[in-house]
Amino acid sequence: MANVLVFTETNNGNVKPVTLEILGKLNGQTVDVAVIGDLGDDQVKVLAEYGAGKVHKLKGDNLDKYSPEGYSNALHGFISSGSYDYVLAGATSMAKDMLPRLATKFEAGLASDCVNFIFEGDTFHGTRPLFAGKCLAKVELSGPKPHFATIRPNALGMPESPTAGAGEASEASVNAGEIRAAIKEIIASASEKVDLTEANIIISGGRAMKNSENFSILHEMAEVVGATVGASRAAVDSGYAAPDMQVGQTGKTVSPSLYIACGISGAIQHLAGMRTSKVIVAINTDPDAPIFTKADYGIVGDLFKIVPIMTEELKKVVD
Amino acid sequence: MNIFVCVKQVPDTETKVQPNGDGSFIETSSIKWIMNPYDEFAVEQALLVKAANAGSTVTVVRVGGVKDTEALRTAMAMGADEAILVEAEDNLDSYSIAKALKGAIEKSDKTPDLILAGKQGIDDDCLQVPQVLAEMMNLPSVAVIVGFEQNGETVTVKREIEGGALEVYEVKTPCVLATNKGINTPRYASLPGIMKAKRKPMQQLTLADVGVSADDRRVKYSDFQLPPEKPPGKKFDAMDEAEQQKVVSEVVGLLRTEAKVL
Repeated sequence: MANVLVFTETNNGNVKPVTLEILGKLNGQTVDVAVIGDLGDDQVKVLAEYGAGKVHKLKGDNLDKYSPEGYSNALHGFISSGSYDYVLAGATSMAKDMLPRLATKFEAGLASDCVNFIFEGDTFHGTRPLFAGKCLAKVELSGPKPHFATIRPNALGMPESPTAGAGEASEASVNAGEIRAAIKEIIASASEKVDLTEANIIISGGRAMKNSENFSILHEMAEVVGATVGASRAAVDSGYAAPDMQVGQTGKTVSPSLYIACGISGAIQHLAGMRTSKVIVAINTDPDAPIFTKADYGIVGDLFKIVPIMTEELKKVVD
Repeated sequence: MNIFVCVKQVPDTETKVQPNGDGSFIETSSIKWIMNPYDEFAVEQALLVKAANAGSTVTVVRVGGVKDTEALRTAMAMGADEAILVEAEDNLDSYSIAKALKGAIEKSDKTPDLILAGKQGIDDDCLQVPQVLAEMMNLPSVAVIVGFEQNGETVTVKREIEGGALEVYEVKTPCVLATNKGINTPRYASLPGIMKAKRKPMQQLTLADVGVSADDRRVKYSDFQLPPEKPPGKKFDAMDEAEQQKVVSEVVGLLRTEAKVL
């Protein structure tokens, strides 16, 4: 049995769903959770339901805001005082930034963005996509412990009947050390939408959108079902959509439950970034567009006609 | 300023990836290699910083196969002054690459004021090397930056996080910054630039020269395989206006009853 620490972030006081996915998959191992800052009793209870043994709230000066150095120093100190074999975290913006620094403090390895893992005895065996998902490989870690891994949100799925843990909460004092790169300000996103990498539904537009104004019809449909709007590289490079909306090998790799591709032909690098979506709908006037080879439901038609009708149909379903 | 840019050479984005015979990596014999797209933003940013700071040099460093030197030549054709190439296999892990980059930078006759790199390689998609390198060199790092402003020894950078929100960092040089798309528009190499690049110095080193051995590998891959193909889906013709309402209702219905995603 391996001794595992799961690092979690909170969002408005709630632990991120990916933490619960990881905990569920870790049933059978000895699992603690660490969070930097405070965590409400209700959230400790949720972590316990999914299998957390101890829940460590790490507190110290200069940790109210994230910083790569402060957070990695604090966790380094805490982890060094224990005997963890593995440290796992969801592959969020923060963990992807911070865990490489943290692992290197232990001269340890990090398997990034795994989509699955198992333990054989107390050894971690991960699976991760490479080339934006054009292929998959098994990944093993070696060298000094603990070993580190980040797990992609939405990849494992929520456990159906997790084994509960003790959920024993405690506080530990940690030291952020010297912080040379510090956040001065956070500029909130113009939209309140969930990030593409965490979205349950994505509606993407391609070159056929013709201009940025036309994206409004996608935003209208997104509004109805709580989706996040994405774009192809062609749409971004043509200036129709912002770079942070790009899905594909040179953008974001996504795996929502539902991906609706509007006017996207389906270049290899785009397909690589969205092919693991659970269900794919494609709307395109070209019946031979490569996107149709990946679509569960293909509609050969003009997106400017189809999208407004679909928005109305979705309204009926949601109501 | 002494500016270093870490670049990687990766298969072109249009590559159809095939696992190799023993599944230890992909088939690389007929691949078209390009500079990692995120590294183009790092090279461009280095050239912008150089232009704003008289007397600066831009050194590009790469760890990887030596059969093709496209990435380094492209960087020098864009305007980088010199290159260092550390010979290694193409599927080295992030820890070894970062250690080799550190060794190569420290072996050069320049003390770095700024180290730039793309936020991730589009081959192994690890998003690790810039931060690991920073930690190994005991430097601050900010990754996934989409904004850069320099004021003497202080740089203000914008890091993109979930949902397009931005964290604004202030950091003193020397530091490691990892670039994302949106920070700038990389220039194309001009023909005279390409000709000039052929005469620019490229130093070649081995992993042993930079203090890296097989023991430094932390991540090992096996069993490369293509993802399972989906069975073909259902396709509906809605080019005819009369069909559109019916087709869309049917698809939305299927999303609810068959796919169960609504």
